[in-house]
Amino acid sequence: MADPKIKINIEEDKKGKKARGAMASPGDTYFQKYITLRKHNLSTAWKKMKISKGCYLFLAPYAILFTVFFVFPVVASIFFSFTYYNVLEPPRFIGLNNYISLLLEDDIFLIGVKNTLIIALITGPLGYIMSFLFAWLINELPRWVRSVAVVVFYAPSIAGNCYVIFSVFFRGDAYGYVNAALMNLGIIDNPIYWFTDPRYMLPICMIVILWMSLGTGFLSFVAGLQGVDSSQFEAGYMDGIKNRWQELWYITLPNMKPMLMFGAVMTITTSFGVADVTMQLCGFPSTDYAARTIVAHLIDYGSQRFEMGYACAIATILFLMMILCNKAIQSLLRRVGT
Amino acid sequence: MSKKVKKMKEIKEQAYHKPLIKRRKPNRSIHGDIALYIFLLIVAAIMVFPIVYAVNAALKPLDELFMFPPRIFARRPTLNNFSDLFVTMGKSWVTFSRYLFNTVFITVVGTAGHLMIASMGAFVLAKYDFPGGQGFFKIVTVAMMFTGYVTQIPNYIIINKLGWVDTYWAIVVPAFASPIGLFLMKQFMEGLPTSLIEAAKIDGANEWMVFSKIVMPNVKPAWMTLIIFSVQGLWNNRASTFIYSEERKMLVFALSQVQAGGIARTGQGAAVLIVVMIVPILTFVFSESQILETMASSGLKD
Repeated sequence: MADPKIKINIEEDKKGKKARGAMASPGDTYFQKYITLRKHNLSTAWKKMKISKGCYLFLAPYAILFTVFFVFPVVASIFFSFTYYNVLEPPRFIGLNNYISLLLEDDIFLIGVKNTLIIALITGPLGYIMSFLFAWLINELPRWVRSVAVVVFYAPSIAGNCYVIFSVFFRGDAYGYVNAALMNLGIIDNPIYWFTDPRYMLPICMIVILWMSLGTGFLSFVAGLQGVDSSQFEAGYMDGIKNRWQELWYITLPNMKPMLMFGAVMTITTSFGVADVTMQLCGFPSTDYAARTIVAHLIDYGSQRFEMGYACAIATILFLMMILCNKAIQSLLRRVGT
Repeated sequence: MSKKVKKMKEIKEQAYHKPLIKRRKPNRSIHGDIALYIFLLIVAAIMVFPIVYAVNAALKPLDELFMFPPRIFARRPTLNNFSDLFVTMGKSWVTFSRYLFNTVFITVVGTAGHLMIASMGAFVLAKYDFPGGQGFFKIVTVAMMFTGYVTQIPNYIIINKLGWVDTYWAIVVPAFASPIGLFLMKQFMEGLPTSLIEAAKIDGANEWMVFSKIVMPNVKPAWMTLIIFSVQGLWNNRASTFIYSEERKMLVFALSQVQAGGIARTGQGAAVLIVVMIVPILTFVFSESQILETMASSGLKD
């Protein structure tokens, strides 16, 4: 078993490399050098692996389960996306047909993509900023007030399906609170069908999603802000930081970068995976498919029409969108505080 | 911190007539502070309003639920809705206690296994440098991004192949491998001084002893966090795709069946909302400080 953070006699290895480099005849091509180097690296890795057998034993149970239930499904869904598969018959390879019909023929999918992008691009950044903003604002409160505030802000995201209560507020008849209030104020004459009128479905869903958006990322921000070294702030005052906004940009945010990354990952998960809220509030299928999201489309084809190949193609497109989005956000976050 | 220093601090603080903000920073304006805190208060009220409304709806007797114009607060709060719910559940073909057992069993087994397996993996990933370790961890962080729906179909096929459809294992075993638990555990364990492990090794402890006697007792906040997140996940898991026999369904699933019972069950439906949401929120309230301690090390470095 290896010692913690083992470094296998790297000194010696370096010497060996040099010696080999000197011995190599001038006729050696770059390619051969590359091969020898690779071989050398591989043998070191193999040595390391043999030494750290115990590590693999410790990791094995998790790694196996993780591979079976998280890595393999991703690979499998990419594989199935090129086939026609309806569970009953064995999958039949049909090439890119699923993707072609998804992008060119399936109007509803394109509506789903549009809605998901609208939801993700609005609630994602807004929810993310809200998470940080509130974490930052409650950071300076006394301890017990902060604890209460954390519970208040975090509770909606873990309150199960408590969001169905919004269907009471936004009920389509005059009995709904919002309709009643707007009619009393004289803004509208007739009640608005919030969850059946395509004009209002998405905005209302986005309000509900925003209400639930202070989740794990928010907790990470609260905890991270507590850990920022206060001597940095004092140094900042000496250097002439005038107000809290400058302090935020030059000291707090750069210190929070790792948490910001984590929060971004969590936000991507929730904002691209939207389906529960829209399906519960607007119905499934919703009027004119105006509240259809990619995941709702996936559920439709996967669990109701049993066109698994098609559903897997949808899932694969969603994967790609999430990963691209993550890459974009990471490169954005690198610029923070510079 | 010694007692003397604490006392000094107390005396210092007394001079400010119990300020709202403990250490006023020199670059803050009082107007700005007041404006911000009023803003916070309003937002907090908006955030908490739907939950308060839901609680009140559950406490309203049936006639008040259909009253017009509707009121937010219950005038004559009763627990009738909850007792009705209990009666309805008691009349169902599968007894209430069976649903409760299913949920408790799945939550306890799933959480215990997850804690064990994830912390073993997290331990070697955090404290040892071995080929493939960092790569594996990167994959885990990417997997955190994927919602359950995306992998649902292949997952179903796998579980079907394993012959686990309509058994508890279909829910429990995938929960063991939840990526966020391993992630949080690993990040927290990295904060543990390596010298602690080295010292134990010099004293003759083997790997397993280091893990169980040294590392695990020192990461209690991360334990707590893992348990809470796992409980929250499993509690809300309806597992409707994997489990179809009524006697193996989870409590939340059974409750949502009551909820779907139409207008006569409005009061009970409101009570269901409260029962479903109270467990995750209460567990969070009781473990908040430990969760925040864990989350402090949750950052992702690139």
